[in-house]
Amino acid sequence: MNAERITEKLNILADAAKYDVSCASSGSKRKNQNKGLGNASNGICHTYTEDGRCVSLLKILLTNHCIFDCAYCVSRKSNDIKRAAFTVQEVVDLTINFYRRNYIEGLFLSSGIFYNADYTMERLVRIAKKLRTEHNFNGYIHLKSIPGASDELMQEAGLYADRLSVNLEMPTEEGLKLLAPEKNRHDMIQPMGFLKNEIIKRTEEKSLFKKAPAFAPAGQSTQVIVGATPETDKQVLHTANHFYKNFNLKRVYYSGYVPVISDNRLPALNTSVPMVRENRLYQADWLMRFYGFQVNEIVDEQNPHLDLDIDPKLGWALRNLNAFPIDINKADLQLILRVPGIGVQSAQKIVSARQFGKLDWEQLKKIGIAVNRAKYFITCNSRQFERRDLAGTAIKQYILSQSQSKYIKTATTQLNLF
Amino acid sequence: MTTLIYDGTFEGLLTVVFEIYERRLQQVKLQKGVWLSMALFEDVLQITTDNGRAGRVLNGLRSRLSAEGLQRLYAAHLAEVESEDGMILGYIRYVFDAPFNVEEDYGNKYVLRLSEIVRTVRREKHRMEAFVRFKELQDKTFYATIEPDFNVLPLLGKHFKDRYADQKWIIYDIKRNYGLHYDLHDLQFITLDFSTTNPTNVISAYQENESLYQDLWKNYFKSANIPARKNTKLHMRHIPKRYWRHLPEKL
Ligand code: SF4
Repeated sequence: MNAERITEKLNILADAAKYDVSCASSGSKRKNQNKGLGNASNGICHTYTEDGRCVSLLKILLTNHCIFDCAYCVSRKSNDIKRAAFTVQEVVDLTINFYRRNYIEGLFLSSGIFYNADYTMERLVRIAKKLRTEHNFNGYIHLKSIPGASDELMQEAGLYADRLSVNLEMPTEEGLKLLAPEKNRHDMIQPMGFLKNEIIKRTEEKSLFKKAPAFAPAGQSTQVIVGATPETDKQVLHTANHFYKNFNLKRVYYSGYVPVISDNRLPALNTSVPMVRENRLYQADWLMRFYGFQVNEIVDEQNPHLDLDIDPKLGWALRNLNAFPIDINKADLQLILRVPGIGVQSAQKIVSARQFGKLDWEQLKKIGIAVNRAKYFITCNSRQFERRDLAGTAIKQYILSQSQSKYIKTATTQLNLF
Repeated sequence: MTTLIYDGTFEGLLTVVFEIYERRLQQVKLQKGVWLSMALFEDVLQITTDNGRAGRVLNGLRSRLSAEGLQRLYAAHLAEVESEDGMILGYIRYVFDAPFNVEEDYGNKYVLRLSEIVRTVRREKHRMEAFVRFKELQDKTFYATIEPDFNVLPLLGKHFKDRYADQKWIIYDIKRNYGLHYDLHDLQFITLDFSTTNPTNVISAYQENESLYQDLWKNYFKSANIPARKNTKLHMRHIPKRYWRHLPEKL
């Protein structure tokens, strides 16, 4: 391998791929078969970039040549940048050698569209196939499907990849029309529908015949960019909800728009990345996936945007004070999960522990709940109950004054910007 | 108050438990190592690890704890925090004295403390699974050094064996001076004698492409960063500084 050339390619093609926020490498159960290399099971982050994001996969583009011209993308045709392309063998070598050194959990491979969708997709599939069949590689493979690729290629991709994703990019069709006029939503949704049906079909087969090949065992995910177009959080979360419900997506990723290109359809280059908003969207997403919240409970007509200064669960609790206080020693797990300051693990611990005796504040604190927040919303084995007759605004003030949220400072500067 | 001195091994700890019940001791204190000091005025018992006795205690624990619960107890012991030995002992006594399985009784201070210790040990085990960085030697063995706070090497074998079944590897704890070696078939604890090995020999013993892949990894690490999102605090929380000297991307 020519060290200089491969280094340059890696720099260019990793740099161009970094805006894709997906990095998960969990959700698959690929075992190491026949003394091969690797397994894909628990999703380990092997390092963290200086911006604090997890690195678990070698995330690269096959090439940053692209026939399209999407406004938000560094690889767009009209952007004057250095271009490069890996060969199939180069990607395979990098993956194997990084994996053997325990740098990564596997490969996340995406690509600019060169020539046409199928031509590009065919190469992505060829890399995955080579890794699996020639190198007995059982690490994680995530392929970004190229919108418009044929069903046959998608089907083959599913045989070798753990996860497939088609990025929606913009939360709404209008947003997409504005910034990526050559793309159309149908081309994105069509393969998602195909994959969904295929995954269901293959899972059924698998339950009947153990030997049936796994098909995209970690399912499919997508990404939406927020802050490039004017959609509200309500629109973003409804889109996410729609895809969770109708396409069985495993994850929706929210990517705060990083201004990389000057274009009058886009926020100016000096606009800061909406980190707090992105974080709130992830919190809201967790509420939908793990805490039993409906999307309508999190955002509605009166509250189309998530609060930037408090998290969405606290926001919901303050709007629904009539649901509280909850008796920690009696309430259902589902209700306990709705208390601000109590996470999934603490909620489960509470439910286990209270079989042995009623819990008081001291024990709750030790179990790991944030008593500072939770105390306004629960009663326990103690006569003390903090809320008295406080109104929602007062509770919010108390909580905010006590918590040193890492976001408060950034939140105010961001608020000033809008 | 009786001070019990044991060798610091899990079997040793279980032997201690046996003695406590046999001698009906009430107030006890644990200490690792051998009895050297004349300055101890309390009762002191030097406990010799006895696999038969340890085995009987282990069976007793097995009948009162789930398999997972027993695993957790073992992990907590690997924390090797001397001041916590008493807590672990307290936990074992609570398990034996209670008429039913109490491993989820988080209202109890021993159960809760044990779960905290286990959490920190597991966090470090998990970090080691993430931060082990192999280098390929000329004989195609992949070699890595670690310096974990807790003695987690015994917990790492399965993970790396499942993952790297087709390559020989060694993970070496340079703080405790012992390692784990996989030879394509079996897993063994080993000790290396570094005093006879000239460090420059070790470097030249790396496979030819080793530095290329380390450099590529460093480059990749840089390229993947988005400066506009810089967040040093978060970065440091995820990769505490004490691990850096073993991570090529942080050198
Ligand atoms: S098609 Fe993909 S790579 Fe090409 S410009 Fe659009 S987003 Fe970028």
